[in-house]
Amino acid sequence: MATRLKDTDVVIIGLGAVGGVAALPVAQAGIDIVALEAGTWLSKQDFAPDELRNNYRDWPQAVQKAQHEIPTQRVLGQTIRANSHPMMNAVGGTALHYWAQSWRLNPWDFKVVSETTKRYGAARLPKGSTVEDWPFGLEELEKYYDRVEREIGVSGQAGNIRGKIDPRGNIFEGARSREFPMPPLRGTGFTEMMASAATSLGWHPFPGPAAVNSRTYDGRSACMYHGFCNKGGCHVDAKNSPLVTTIPKAQKTGRLKVVTRAHVTTIGVDAKGRASGVNYVTDGVEYFQPAKVVLLATYTYENTRTLLLSKSRAFPNGLSNNHGQVGRHYFSHNQTAGMTALFPKNVNNWYGLPAQGIAVDNWADDNFDHAGLDFIGGGTLWVYSDRRPIAAASMDTFRKAPSWGSAWKKFVMENADRTNTAYLQKTTLPFEDNYLDLDPAVKDPLGNPVCRINATYRENDFKIAAFIQDKMEQWYRAAGAIEIQRGPMSPVHGLSTHAYGGTRMGDNRETNVVDRWGFSHEVPNLGILGASVMGTSGARNPTLTAQALAWRTAEYLAQNWKSVAG
Amino acid sequence: MSTRDEPISRRALLKLAGAAAIAQAVRLKADATGDAITLAPSEAGTLDAVCARLIPTDENGPGAREAQAWRYIDRALGGFLAPSRQTYATGLADLDRRAMEMRGLPFAALQSADQDAVLHAIEATPFFALLRTHTIQGTFCDPFYGGNANFVGWDLLGYPGVRTIVTADEQKMGITLKPNHKSAYDYAMFHKASDR
Repeated sequence: MATRLKDTDVVIIGLGAVGGVAALPVAQAGIDIVALEAGTWLSKQDFAPDELRNNYRDWPQAVQKAQHEIPTQRVLGQTIRANSHPMMNAVGGTALHYWAQSWRLNPWDFKVVSETTKRYGAARLPKGSTVEDWPFGLEELEKYYDRVEREIGVSGQAGNIRGKIDPRGNIFEGARSREFPMPPLRGTGFTEMMASAATSLGWHPFPGPAAVNSRTYDGRSACMYHGFCNKGGCHVDAKNSPLVTTIPKAQKTGRLKVVTRAHVTTIGVDAKGRASGVNYVTDGVEYFQPAKVVLLATYTYENTRTLLLSKSRAFPNGLSNNHGQVGRHYFSHNQTAGMTALFPKNVNNWYGLPAQGIAVDNWADDNFDHAGLDFIGGGTLWVYSDRRPIAAASMDTFRKAPSWGSAWKKFVMENADRTNTAYLQKTTLPFEDNYLDLDPAVKDPLGNPVCRINATYRENDFKIAAFIQDKMEQWYRAAGAIEIQRGPMSPVHGLSTHAYGGTRMGDNRETNVVDRWGFSHEVPNLGILGASVMGTSGARNPTLTAQALAWRTAEYLAQNWKSVAG
Repeated sequence: MSTRDEPISRRALLKLAGAAAIAQAVRLKADATGDAITLAPSEAGTLDAVCARLIPTDENGPGAREAQAWRYIDRALGGFLAPSRQTYATGLADLDRRAMEMRGLPFAALQSADQDAVLHAIEATPFFALLRTHTIQGTFCDPFYGGNANFVGWDLLGYPGVRTIVTADEQKMGITLKPNHKSAYDYAMFHKASDR
């Protein structure tokens, strides 16, 4: 029997990138919150510049709850399972060690259906795609982007302030109400070389936006560019996860109670079909935390799994799933088909961070004419300064040397600092038969089935990949690259840090789980936070958009407390 | 191997005598691996010999032997890499068996060219992939983990070392930075990880 705890106003499940942001406007409105977090408190002292531990031993996620709940992937009738989970459990979540690229989506990403239809005709929408326009455009989300950028701290260079284009920034972005709160992270010798090459091609390079301090911000240090940001937490608190930004502010209100090592199993439902609270387990002891409102903020895979596991008389197929939409419209960003270049000289990439880079947006979204092409969408080109020794020694030898022995050693000694790998994020769309469900056989240590990914890439995804690799090759060659290695395109939607859908947002309750405010169509006191509500990905990192949506949902809750809490 | 219970042949005896003659040299080499804590001494000697062929000591300077990559693997097989311990036991024994078949000597006692021939013969196996991965880790990891001794791995690559602050000038192209020979854990600000 679960111990019934004292009532609270709001339970947030998962105090990570989105739950940790949503806590602030709710707490500031004087509403009591209990946040249930599977991980523990970590600090900057936990983040040593240690490549082996961060990048090869997957610390700390390898020892956590998520590690026992790695989703399975069904591929061509076979079920496979990765060795590690891409997300970590901690107060602040994966935002502790993410790359911190903090993009806004472009205007087109909100209106893929209507814009494509208008410009090229409805026949150009990929067959079988379930993509919809968002229930609102970028203009609606702008003030929430702006708010989160200031609350957590985002550095960058604006390209469009109230319609005025600034060529130092992204000329393709939607209008911002004002500049970024901090200037962009500095350039490096390498990124300056790449920017010149892009300009020589007639493209528009610009420094990308990052939730990393380019100067002292809100009492926290500027970035030290030390090279261990990639899957490493920050040793000076310059990476702006909720752990060091919104969570301490929310705690100061006295309204946020953080419960760590809480392993949430299900959301409870009362006789009226409303969410009644949350069941969780700590060290084998079961608890029930009653609440007036539940905010589900785990991650895309866990959001779907938690709902599907929460079966009741009112919701026999899982909570908020009486229309069969939970798990639907799933996709993970197509980030396969990368590209590595070899230069004839050292490029000094030994330090820096994945967010210290140069982007080209000319070939993303609908920023170029697709009339003569056979796909929609595109990709963002991104190069950055980031290298560590084990990875450098594990480099591809470009068919110029064997894989061990003296000839290998000679090659690596000469070329360890001469490569660069581009990060190519591409438009990915949801399709009819790409979805998440519960694995029929694989269970977690509590005996609950893990999430299963059933999704493959389609023609549109493959065509974007080939197109964008050509563009990236052109850029690298213009910068003087002498060899290019094209990464293969996997047909499988990977277990990803960029996983979308499963609880999509939209006005139509027949095809969407949450409404335009992020609350369940079927369970009005259940809010869902995260990229799981996003119906499109754009060609850029999801976190800032998920955080802006989370702030918006939380603010709506605070402003409509009586009607939502009932 | 099915020969274990068969009467020992004259040829095998000669081979064993040959092996004994060279055992002294092997023992000398094995002194370097004398402080193995997970592997048996003979396993550690074989492993060190393998590492030394994957990243050789040559005219371009020190390699995995000087980095003591074997020591990293030895420690890790008693910790994070413990699930691979049996694979190493079987795989290293197989290398010695192949060496005995080829020259009547254990792997560590073979000439370099013969060692390379034995390694080429197993190049497509999962064990070889493990050896290569772990030798690279042991040569280029933070010395905290027992490898990359005296920072020879980082110097080999030209990696200027772990720093907690990097300036704009240090990110320019065409410069040479003075190597910073420090482990992450030489900085008192960090909690220590497990060194296994």
